[in-house]
Amino acid sequence: MSATPPLLEARGLVMRFGGVTAVGGVSMSIGEGELRCLIGPNGAGKSTFFKMLSGQLLPTAGEVLLRGRSIAGLHAASIARLGVGVKTQTPSVFDGLSVLESVRIATNAILPPNLARRRADEALERMQIGHLAKAVVGSLAHGQRQLVELSMVVSQAPDLILLDEPAAGMTGREVERLGDLIIDLVRTCSVIVVEHDMEFIRRIARTVTVFNRGVVLAEGPAAEVMSDARVRDVYLGKEAA
Amino acid sequence: MTGSLRSALGYVAVAAAAYYALVVVPRDGDIAVMINGSIYAGYAILALSLALIWGFGGILSFGQASFFGLAGYVYAIAGINLGDTAVALFLAVAASAAFAAILGYFMFWGRLSDVYLGVITLTVSLILFRFFNQTAGEEWTIGAAPLGGFNGIPSTPILTPIGHPDQPLSPENIYILSVMALAFCYLLCRFVIATRFGRAVVAIRENPVRAELLGYDTRLYKLGVFVIGGAIAGLGGVVFANSVFVSPTMFNLQTNGQVIIWVIVGGLGTLAGPVLGCFAMLALSTWLGSLNGVASGWTDPNLVMGAVLTVCVVTLRQGLLPTVVAAGERLIATLLRRIRIQKFGQPHAVDEPL
Ligand SMILES: Nc1ncnc2c1ncn2[C@@H]1O[C@H](COP(=O)(O)OP(=O)(O)O)[C@@H](O)[C@H]1O
Ligand SMILES: [Mg+2]
Repeated sequence: MSATPPLLEARGLVMRFGGVTAVGGVSMSIGEGELRCLIGPNGAGKSTFFKMLSGQLLPTAGEVLLRGRSIAGLHAASIARLGVGVKTQTPSVFDGLSVLESVRIATNAILPPNLARRRADEALERMQIGHLAKAVVGSLAHGQRQLVELSMVVSQAPDLILLDEPAAGMTGREVERLGDLIIDLVRTCSVIVVEHDMEFIRRIARTVTVFNRGVVLAEGPAAEVMSDARVRDVYLGKEAA
Repeated sequence: MTGSLRSALGYVAVAAAAYYALVVVPRDGDIAVMINGSIYAGYAILALSLALIWGFGGILSFGQASFFGLAGYVYAIAGINLGDTAVALFLAVAASAAFAAILGYFMFWGRLSDVYLGVITLTVSLILFRFFNQTAGEEWTIGAAPLGGFNGIPSTPILTPIGHPDQPLSPENIYILSVMALAFCYLLCRFVIATRFGRAVVAIRENPVRAELLGYDTRLYKLGVFVIGGAIAGLGGVVFANSVFVSPTMFNLQTNGQVIIWVIVGGLGTLAGPVLGCFAMLALSTWLGSLNGVASGWTDPNLVMGAVLTVCVVTLRQGLLPTVVAAGERLIATLLRRIRIQKFGQPHAVDEPL
C-alpha cells in the first residue's frame, strides 16, 4: 500500500437541491493536525459542504473518505462516532437543559459515568464558562450559546472538528479566546473553520480555501490567497456580471 | 427553591398520597370508592405512559390507548384460556411492549414527521377499535374466550395470587394492587428519566439534530422510550380490565383524546401533573354526570372538558401542577423576604447607594 491516506478527503462532492447546485464538485483534503480556513461569500456552499461531511446531507455525487474509508451515506450519528465533531452555523444546542447537563450529554456518549463527569467539567473550564454550568442554555446570549456548543464538541475530543462561523455573536474578547482555543485544538486534532472575520482568519490561518458558487476558487497559504485578485473581486461583489 | 428541595417535597407529596390511598381509604372500607379508585389508577397509569413519551420523549402518540386496550384483551383472553391470570398479566404487558416495538420500528426508522406519527398512532388505535367492535358472534372466539364485539368480554377474569388460580382477589385487594401499580409506574418513570438513557431521550426531544451530531442514534432512543411507554400503558390496561372489564371503548377516540387532555391539563413535561389531571378530569366528569336535570345542556361533560382544556392552554399555559408549584414557590419566596426584612431591615443591592 501507499502512504497513509489523509485524515479527510472529499472527492468531487456535489449537492443539488432541485435545480439549485449548492456545491458543484468540490475536492479537498485535510491532513492530521491541520488547520484549514474556509472562506467565501454567502451562499457559496460552505455550510452545505459541512453538512455533507457530517452526514446531515447525502451528497448527490462524490465521495467522502475518512482515513481512506468511505463515509458518505453513513448516518450522522455514525460519522460522529468515527470522530467528526461539528459546530453548526446557527448554534445547535439543548435550550431546555443546563450548560453542564448539555456537555454531559456529549461526554456520556463516549465515556463511562465517572470519566464523563470529569471530562465535562474540564471542557467547561477550557471554554471558560464554568461559572455558567447551572444556567439554562436557552437563556444565554448568542455568543455564550456558541461557547456551549463548542464545549460539547470539544469535550468529545474528535479527530476532526468542523466549525461553521464560530465567532458570530461573540465579543472581541471572546473572539480572541476562540482564536487561542483553535490554535490549541490543532495540537491534537484537525480543524476546518468557516469564518467571515478577516482579522480572525489572518490571525489563525495557515492554509485557506476559498469557495465561490459551489466550487473551489482558490487554495493556498493565507497571505497568498488573500492577495489574489479573483478572491478580492468575489469579496467586493465584482463577480456579478 | 433549589431543585433538590423541590424534588424532596415532590417525594413527600407522593408518599402522602400513597399513604392516603393505601391506608386511609381501605380503613374506611367503602367498596364503591375502592372500585372507582382502581379505575382511576388504571387510567392514571395510561396518563403516565403518555406523560413519559410525550412530555420527556417529545413523541405525541394520539393512540396511546392502543396499548391500553390491547393489553386488556390479551389479559382477558390469556386469563380465560390459561386459567392463571398472573401469567396473563405478564403476557399482556409483554404483548403491548412488543406491539409498541413493532409500531415504533416502522415509525422511527421510516423517519416519519411528528404529524404523521400522531396520525398513524391514532389510526392504529381506531383500527383496533373497529376490529374488536365487530367481533360479535360465535366465530370470534379464541379458545374459550368469546371476544364479544361491542360488548367486550364481561367475563374478564380477576387477578389471582401466584399459585392459587382458583382464588380471585377481592375488590379491596385489586384496589391496593392498582394503587401500588400506579406508584410503581410513577417511580419507574422517574427512574428512567434520571438514567443516562433518559437524559439522552430528553436531549433528543430538545434538539434531535444536535443529539445525532454528538453520536446518538435518535431512532433507538425514541424506540426505547416508546416501548417503555407501551408497556406502562399495557399495565394500565390490565388494571382497568380488573376493575371493569375489557371492551372496545378502551381503544376509542374519546379514550385517546382524554389521555391527551389529562396530560395537558395536568402539565406536559411533568409526571405527577398528568396523574393529577387525570384524577381531576375524571372526578369532574363523574360529578357533571350526576347533575342531571339542572341546566343539563351546559353541564355536558364533553363541553366542560373542552372548556377546561381551553382555559388551561390559554391562561395557565403550563397546566395545573407547574402553575401550582410556581405559585407556591413565589409565596414561599415572598414569606422569606418578609421575614428577612423584619430581621435585617430593608434589603438593598450591594452597589446601590442608599
Ligand atoms: N436545504 C436547502 N434547500 C435548497 N437550497 C439550499 C438548501 N440549503 C442551502 N441551499 C442553497 O445552497 C446554496 C449554498 O448555501 P450554504 O451552503 O448555506 O452557503 P454558505 O454557508 O456558504 O453561505 C445557497 O444558494 C442556498 O440557498
Ligand atoms: Mg453558511
